[in-house]
Amino acid sequence: MNLKLSNNKDVWAGMMLIAIGAAAMVIARSYPFGTALRMGPGYFPIILGALLTLFGLFILARGLRRGEAIAGSSSLRALIILPLSLVLFGVLMEHGGFVPAMIVLIFGSATASTDLKLLEALLFSVALTALSVAVFVWGLGLPYPLITDFN
Amino acid sequence: MDLFHNLIFGFGVALSLQNLLYCLIGVTVGTLIGVLPGIGPLGTIAILMPITYGIAPVGALIMLAGIYYGAQYGGSTTAILVNLPGETSAVVTCIDGYQMARQGRAGPALAIAAIGSFFAGTVGTLLIALFGPPLADVALKFGSPEYFSLMLMGLVAAAVLAQGDMVKSLAMVVTGLLLGLVGSDVNTGVQRFSFGFPELSDGIGFVVVAVGVFAIGEIITNLGDKEERRVFTATVMSLFPSKEDMKRSIGPILRGTGIGSFFGVLPGTGPAIASFASYMLEKKLAADPSRFGRGAIEGVAAPESANNADAQCKFIPMLTLGLPASGVMALMLGALTIQGIQPGPEVMTQRPELFWGLIASMWIGNLMLVVLNLPMIALWVKLLQVPYRLLFPAIMAFSAIGIYSVNNSSFEIYLTALFGLFGFICMKLGFPPAPLLLGYVLGPMMEENLRRSMLMSGGDPSVFVTRPISLAFIVATALILVVMILPAVRQRRLEIAD
Repeated sequence: MNLKLSNNKDVWAGMMLIAIGAAAMVIARSYPFGTALRMGPGYFPIILGALLTLFGLFILARGLRRGEAIAGSSSLRALIILPLSLVLFGVLMEHGGFVPAMIVLIFGSATASTDLKLLEALLFSVALTALSVAVFVWGLGLPYPLITDFN
Repeated sequence: MDLFHNLIFGFGVALSLQNLLYCLIGVTVGTLIGVLPGIGPLGTIAILMPITYGIAPVGALIMLAGIYYGAQYGGSTTAILVNLPGETSAVVTCIDGYQMARQGRAGPALAIAAIGSFFAGTVGTLLIALFGPPLADVALKFGSPEYFSLMLMGLVAAAVLAQGDMVKSLAMVVTGLLLGLVGSDVNTGVQRFSFGFPELSDGIGFVVVAVGVFAIGEIITNLGDKEERRVFTATVMSLFPSKEDMKRSIGPILRGTGIGSFFGVLPGTGPAIASFASYMLEKKLAADPSRFGRGAIEGVAAPESANNADAQCKFIPMLTLGLPASGVMALMLGALTIQGIQPGPEVMTQRPELFWGLIASMWIGNLMLVVLNLPMIALWVKLLQVPYRLLFPAIMAFSAIGIYSVNNSSFEIYLTALFGLFGFICMKLGFPPAPLLLGYVLGPMMEENLRRSMLMSGGDPSVFVTRPISLAFIVATALILVVMILPAVRQRRLEIAD
């Protein structure tokens, strides 16, 4: 078994759980714990955090004993572009208006695919934006300005 | 007779012009996304949920439910015609359904799938009507300790019986419970896990978690898989099954419905397990098992009935106990809560129109699916040719509009992006995402019932094992855990997962 740690699924999975569990416990320590009779806001989160840490340790140990590689390929491109397109949408909804936000989101997302056809994606984002304006802004009356000054 | 009265009342609600329209929209959208691979009922219901805020709770629930069972129909259509399961529940249908299509018998396969589903749907509707009220009556007598133990059992069972890694499912439930605690604590007003963001004081939006993990996370995962989509289109000549087909299908449809109904009320077992189990049973019972895999109509009839019966019966624990047995049911509970309805056994007595109207609409929706879908098969097949490179930006767009429209808040969009990343990481590391949603929905209720139980008992945790009903739930929880840890069962689960 020559599985590298960096590709060991359960090692990563275990570490993620330990991180979440430990963080939950550390943060929840600042909330009043209370007693079993009168549980404070810290009681339940600390139990859950401890439980999560235990699960994490178990999975980590299992991963170290008989590791399994992370399956399938991943697209780093999609991993970066898709969340970024959403963030841009959020920013543009506040400082640009519905139309630029939608075009940037749709066209931006489309570039996450390796199957991208530039002209098609451009036309598609314009068409879908027009459709959304018609349905959501004019049809359902969502109160979004179509375009504003970029401020 | 009470049942009869109630059903008539339900049909009165469901047959209003508005609700019929919501039902029609629901099943049509459901079929559409059932046909399209890469977007499932969970993601769709999450994306469309904000649209339902403006309509009455009955209409909202009718539409969301329609999406759910409509997707089962759509999934089987593509399984038979192009060997492509639109939904995981249709994987088994591919085996014999596609073989039938290649032999030029796509029509009978589709017709039997529709008939089987319709029969199973009818039985499922009746079962809910029969068992819902007595179950709710029992649940009305529950106190906080019973509720806590029941939720514990539901969560453990859902995590443990679901496909995939048991420990990871449980870990996802706990993560979900933690997520559910974000925001002000109801008893003391203390801000928990809100990191100083005022936007988080009401908790993380339900739609944000669901869309982030199930729509965005799913897309990121899909774009990593470099699988080419092949489309061979079978032609549908005659829809009508022969007498022989009908005769062969009756038994499998009945047995499939039974199996599906049984698995349906169990938490955690998705329709995929029910359809797999019923397929295996038919193969065992068959006089000539070698016909299976070569276009045996029993291999279509049984799993299609089973997955539809399962889908319908999943509503029983959700409507009567307020306990979600699957990710989709967790979404339904979320939809109820957002509409200002406290899920639980009181729903049936306080909002009878909701319960009976929904049940009646499910039967009507199943009928619509049979009548509408068979003639529209050609259209659905056309839709399959929409390339994913156009499909997923559209899903992104609708997700974003949906989330933004809830609170007109960009903050929630950023959170969604974050949950998309989290969902992707979870899927890559082998964590099933559905249990996260179950925990998230039940988190606050569970904590509340735990606190109340402890106040009742004066801080003595033995209250959970000294009250008989609660004890029964605790014992059941322990049994489920023990049985699943047994080596033989574990081995079997791994085989099924493969």
